[in-house]
Amino acid sequence: MPETDFSLASVAPALPEIYLTVMVCVVLMVDVFAGQTRRGLTATFTLLTLAVGAGLTAMYSHVGVRTTLFNGLYVADELAWVLKLFGFLFVAFALLYSRTYLNDRGLLRGEYFVLALTALLGVFVLASANSLLTVYVGVELLALSVYAMVAFDRESGIAAESAMKYFVLGAIASGALLYGMSMIYGLTGTLSIDVLADHLRGEPSLGVILGLVFIVVAVAFKMGAVPFHMWLPDVYHGAPTAVTLFISTAPKLAYFALAFRLLAEGLQGLVQDWSRMLAALAVLTLIVGNLVALAQTNIKRLLAYSTIANVGFIVLGFVAGTPAGYSAALYYTIVYVLTTLGSFGVVVLASRKGFEADELDHYKGLHARDPMLAFMMMMLMFSTAGVPPFVGFWAKLRIIQELWATNHPWLVVIAAAVSVVGAFYYLRVVKLMYFDAPADVPDTERQTGVRFALGLNAVAVLVLGILPGPLLDLCARLIHQ
Amino acid sequence: MNPNVLLAIPLLPLIAAIIAGVFGRQVGRAGAHTVTIAGVAISCALSLYVLKQIYFDGAPTFDAPVYTWLVSDGINIQVGFLVDRLTALMMVVVTFVSLCVHVYTIGYMHDDPGYQRFFSYISLFTFSMLMLVMSNNFMQLFFGWEAVGVVSYLLIGFWYTRPSAIFANMKAFIVNRVGDFGFIVGIAAIVYFTNSLDYKEAFAAAPQLVSQNIVLSHTTSVAALTVICVGLFIGAMGKSAQVPLHVWLPDSMEGPTPISALIHAATMVTAGIFMVARMSPLFEHSETALTFVLVIGATTAFFMGLLGVVNNDIKRVVAYSTLSQLGYMTVALGVSAYSAAIFHLMTHAFFKALLFLAAGSVIIGMHHEQDMRKMGGLAKYMPITAITCWIGALALVGTPFLSGFYSKDVIIEAVGESHRAAATYAYWCVLLGVFVTSLYTFRMLFMTFHGPERFRHAHGHGHAEEQGTAGDPGPGGALAHAPAFATAGAHGHGSAHTSAHAAEVSHAPAHAVHSSGGHGAGAHAHEEHDRSAPHESPAVVTVPLIALAIPSLLIGGLTVSSVVFGDFFGDAIFVLERNDVLGELAHEFHGAIGFALHGFLSLPFWLALAGAATAWLFFLKKPSLANTTARTFGWLRTILVNKYFFDWINENIVAGATRLLGRSLWRGGDAAIIDGAMVNGTAAAMGRLGSLLRHVQSGYLYSYAFWMIIGLAVLLGWFLWR
Repeated sequence: MPETDFSLASVAPALPEIYLTVMVCVVLMVDVFAGQTRRGLTATFTLLTLAVGAGLTAMYSHVGVRTTLFNGLYVADELAWVLKLFGFLFVAFALLYSRTYLNDRGLLRGEYFVLALTALLGVFVLASANSLLTVYVGVELLALSVYAMVAFDRESGIAAESAMKYFVLGAIASGALLYGMSMIYGLTGTLSIDVLADHLRGEPSLGVILGLVFIVVAVAFKMGAVPFHMWLPDVYHGAPTAVTLFISTAPKLAYFALAFRLLAEGLQGLVQDWSRMLAALAVLTLIVGNLVALAQTNIKRLLAYSTIANVGFIVLGFVAGTPAGYSAALYYTIVYVLTTLGSFGVVVLASRKGFEADELDHYKGLHARDPMLAFMMMMLMFSTAGVPPFVGFWAKLRIIQELWATNHPWLVVIAAAVSVVGAFYYLRVVKLMYFDAPADVPDTERQTGVRFALGLNAVAVLVLGILPGPLLDLCARLIHQ
Repeated sequence: MNPNVLLAIPLLPLIAAIIAGVFGRQVGRAGAHTVTIAGVAISCALSLYVLKQIYFDGAPTFDAPVYTWLVSDGINIQVGFLVDRLTALMMVVVTFVSLCVHVYTIGYMHDDPGYQRFFSYISLFTFSMLMLVMSNNFMQLFFGWEAVGVVSYLLIGFWYTRPSAIFANMKAFIVNRVGDFGFIVGIAAIVYFTNSLDYKEAFAAAPQLVSQNIVLSHTTSVAALTVICVGLFIGAMGKSAQVPLHVWLPDSMEGPTPISALIHAATMVTAGIFMVARMSPLFEHSETALTFVLVIGATTAFFMGLLGVVNNDIKRVVAYSTLSQLGYMTVALGVSAYSAAIFHLMTHAFFKALLFLAAGSVIIGMHHEQDMRKMGGLAKYMPITAITCWIGALALVGTPFLSGFYSKDVIIEAVGESHRAAATYAYWCVLLGVFVTSLYTFRMLFMTFHGPERFRHAHGHGHAEEQGTAGDPGPGGALAHAPAFATAGAHGHGSAHTSAHAAEVSHAPAHAVHSSGGHGAGAHAHEEHDRSAPHESPAVVTVPLIALAIPSLLIGGLTVSSVVFGDFFGDAIFVLERNDVLGELAHEFHGAIGFALHGFLSLPFWLALAGAATAWLFFLKKPSLANTTARTFGWLRTILVNKYFFDWINENIVAGATRLLGRSLWRGGDAAIIDGAMVNGTAAAMGRLGSLLRHVQSGYLYSYAFWMIIGLAVLLGWFLWR
């Protein structure tokens, strides 16, 4: 369906992307003119940009009509709008938490914010992708920005090493993604996700399966599913904590969108096949993620393995293969990002100039040193462990309910069993904070604004657990086919 | 009815409690009491408005969920309100008494460092109690039930630096756990048979449940409803302090006096009574359960009243009186006279709160002295307290025209009418109970307000800690003196009494007990008493007294014809035709005044009079007679002073056996099998596996890439060559 006229109204659905692209340029300019001495200005301006973006997105996001743009390359549906809104919010909070951290380490430079915004642009492109090409562009835009962010601390050897690993392995995954896409394109003759869905009905050919395996591998790599997860602990550990915080938030939304657009929308006809692949990957992911987390002594690595374990749950939502399953996965993703945002926020706040609070031992007796921070961390850990009434409980429950409804009893058993194992290392953090003698480490960050934001984050985890209805309904509404 | 109004009623006290509790330091003392009193006052006004709507304007019963938290397997876990006439009445009683206590607390806790915390707790209690009475499902009922239990625990142990308070609150908590076990068994049985937590569905299913049995073995089975009702009632026994789960209530007097009035007299302890009345559609179908209720209630009513006669601590006398009166209410439930039970609950809430607050006022006036042997002649110094206390006492003993008369006489007559198996036993218990009630009540009045003034030289001779008296050291003195009762309590409850009793016999100076362990401050505080005379309490104390005295006088006569004999409760209470004793009595009822005039000729009135005369003779006219009698009936006195040895049995046999069982399960079952083999074994295996898997993460890039390729190859192999 070629578009005949090009007017402002016709591109309005791409407002968030357009706005963000313009603002990336503006932020660059602001940074140039702010000069060396007023670095904080860029940060403030970026936060403002994100807040305005969130406002704009919220204003337009209730359109509810599905529109395609740019010759069907791009789709603006309610899911995309809401993912973008959450993207703005999560990135804003992530940058807010990490400001002092970056400043203390000389990383508070304009490029950092530009990279964060371009990464967010990648998230948006993925959220709205309606063509295999758009998907690929989104993946690369996000990945390249993030590679650079991981290596942002040029002094740090370990950061450079992890960025290199990430880059090389990411290239392999990108290769796999392109290879799979080219197979599908060759066999169906279309790049459009809408059209693909119609083409792939009935018994798939061998070629299609071949392409599918490559695509699944690429998706699994991006999400961090075993055995394609190896980059994740090293990157989480090696990157500056602020960057770890960043990549554990908005990009996760993007990878949900990636899986949803490619598998659930484009390759829905192959659901039998990919859901079995994902089931095998999910089981491995749950087991490896949770078991290896037990052996960790570094909190960033611990949270990395916790991420892997949670990815297992998100993948399980896709295994269900029904709209209700995808909406459970979406809910899980949002809840997970919200909780991880807070957990890494605590890690960032506990770190000071010249001191990284990244060993578990650094959290000993945190309650005695900073009761509020310890309390927030406790709520977040309980939520991640899935203890009611925190929101993490609902996320796990929804996934398990959908697996049960789609007749996957063994996956339910495994998911429940590994959750128990997982509870151990989350509760260990709580135990260290509350029952051990205080560690001899520098004081935590005391800046009121940041602590207030983190408090909001932690309270949200509790409030959404007590009043889970609205977000659950929203996720159910966003995904209906 | 507007759900938002209903929602506001419990939520306002909750919000106030949070403000006073969390932001206590910011809002300060005045802020804390202003916000909590405002919250409860609005709640009270709204409750009155709801009662008006439902009773006078004929608004329909409100029964709907207001918030559904989760639906699991067809069972709703939700917050819902069932507001009918029964609920509306309870809401008014709870909020009104609570409001009085809030105001009174300003005076009583004036110097206490935990002022804001205290207000936060009592507001939280009001919230919990409202959630309990307004519930329309068993889940919320259980929530309210446990929440009032927790707040009660916090409040009994409010002066948490006193070992006796900690002992008392642990005791209350543990005894209530026993009751709650029965309660939850009852709820579980309801869910098992009806697959619902809603009252409505459970009540609707009750007639069909009559034929259901729980099969224990091939030959024995019990009726399902009996299990449900007895289970629920065991819960009520814990909360409403019925024999043998009553032991926590006298000890709960360790808490500040406003708490004794609010929680342990007027509201929380009536939760059990209310619950049974609310569940009348279930209980009515189980004759066995009702007989059980009747026997327990009758036993409590008489035998607990007797204990009031030998106590010297003013608060404990009132506490035993509460036990006895709760027994009366339970008896009424047992003979299916639910509305009489609720009626007595209501009148009792007013006059018992009044008596407690008056006792508190006396305690303030006496500078935190609770032993009646050191009082006497106080009427001269504290006229308002004395008059209001007299009103409460007259209502309690059942003087015609006062509120307690109507409720108590109706219960006694209802028991007389009943044909239930144990009705004769119950009838004698409640009848003799009247004499006993009168005896201990007038004894308390005479010893406190009349006779010689003993407070000036109270400390001239040693006073024995017979019942663990002299509790309330009050504000500031919280740390100052731990009673003998509690000091020994740590070792064994029973033995504490024996030794304390011995101390009395040998006239050993009990002060030694007091000041041992470095409680010098307490002794100092005592010396101060001797120099200053008692004084009347401030207005914040006396105004609630007067506010409570008015309903104590009037409310019974005004409401008896509609609440008990009319159809005040409508559908809220269900009574089977054959059990309807109140219906029988209604034929002979010709108005409140006639009922009261008839009261002068009835046996209970003369028994009460005899009790009063005995008290006058023994405690005012010839005190030596009391001592002679005590010596003659030494064995009886020993039994009473030791409270029928309940504490001793609990401490040594029940607790001992439980500890033994627990220890053996812990050593054998938990430590060896579960911890050793299962938990630690699995954990160790998981840990080893984790460490093993960790080594796969080698850190080498080629290894990572290699694993990715392997994963890809396996997937390809699996799907292409299957």
